[in-house]
Amino acid sequence: MWDQGLEQEWADLMRMALAGDSAAYRQFLLCITPHLRAMARSRCRTLGAPDSETEDIVQEVLLAIHLKRGSWDSSRPIGPWIGAIVRNKIIDALRRRGRRTNVPIEDVMDTLAAEEQAGGLAQLDIDSHLATLKGRQQDIVRSISINGDSIRETANRFEMTEGAVRVALHRALKSLAQLCRIQST
Amino acid sequence: MRTEDLIDRLALDPPPRFGFGTVFMAATLLSIAVAGGIFLTVIGVRPDIGRAAESARFLFKFVATMPLALGALGVALRLSRPGMTAGGWQLVLGAVPVLLAIAVALELHQVPANLWQSRLVGTNAGFCLILIPLMALGPLALLIAVMRGGAPERPALAGGFAGLAAGGIAATFYAMHCPDDSPLFVAAWYSAAILVMGVAGCLAGRRFLRW
Repeated sequence: MWDQGLEQEWADLMRMALAGDSAAYRQFLLCITPHLRAMARSRCRTLGAPDSETEDIVQEVLLAIHLKRGSWDSSRPIGPWIGAIVRNKIIDALRRRGRRTNVPIEDVMDTLAAEEQAGGLAQLDIDSHLATLKGRQQDIVRSISINGDSIRETANRFEMTEGAVRVALHRALKSLAQLCRIQST
Repeated sequence: MRTEDLIDRLALDPPPRFGFGTVFMAATLLSIAVAGGIFLTVIGVRPDIGRAAESARFLFKFVATMPLALGALGVALRLSRPGMTAGGWQLVLGAVPVLLAIAVALELHQVPANLWQSRLVGTNAGFCLILIPLMALGPLALLIAVMRGGAPERPALAGGFAGLAAGGIAATFYAMHCPDDSPLFVAAWYSAAILVMGVAGCLAGRRFLRW
């Protein structure tokens, strides 16, 4: 995968690192990083992932190499070991991307523009609507829908059970929706 | 965090005290000790062990279980390291079904057909199916625990071999207790018990060996 001499050098540094030489270890990590970056970047390009993800992958690979450094058999070449870790972490990153389903902003620009012209919730004064809710319901909607906190965080903050938070949120959103319907007719 | 800062921080960590191979070896020995301890305290060797030790059928049980345990351990260790394949150990492992098939063929040749069924069913197949997995649980847990320190590229596969190894260790001990020595019995029931452990290992690997 890499030049034989290069791998030899890395293996020597890693052997010293495993024997407790932290300067050699730092040197090893610095030496491999540009190669990791090149690999991560070319993978990201071929798979259409944004370049911004490259550095995340590089750092994840470095961390994995660090945590799993004991799994390298020091009597064997180090290249395949590094290569396998890089492969594993790139697959990981792509799997996560799959779940998040990043969509480039250019693809949705038209839709966004259209929605704005049509008006709707974006132009409503959120505060004035929230003011129509009862005290605790208002706090909960603010916490979850506007601040983006989780149900659990909200429940902890208000010393409620998660179930109670869910019910309160549901009721609050329902009455807000009703309010919007009344206003728009 | 900048990558350079990350590297500086990582470099400060002391190296692991023992290599992965050493830890794996220790876990193997501990597994054998655990399974052996349970065997000696709870199950025990069969009363006629002295006479049995002279019979080829009894001895064959170990010819099957020991290479199985050894081969599966070797494959599990190798698969725990990134960038490595199963290697020569899979030949050791692959020899087991061949040996078993030969033994079964010899048994069918030597024993009259009207006895085949009773040899196959044996006297306590149920014990075999329960005791082997029971003794294998400790070893499997130990192996999976140390393999978390490795980095298997295919966690389920590596876990599966750990399961076979644990089953092989347990079966080696169980063979000293079990009064059924016919290769027909071994091929059916020992295999079933060990394969159950293989499946358990696969599931455990998928769950615990991701990294």
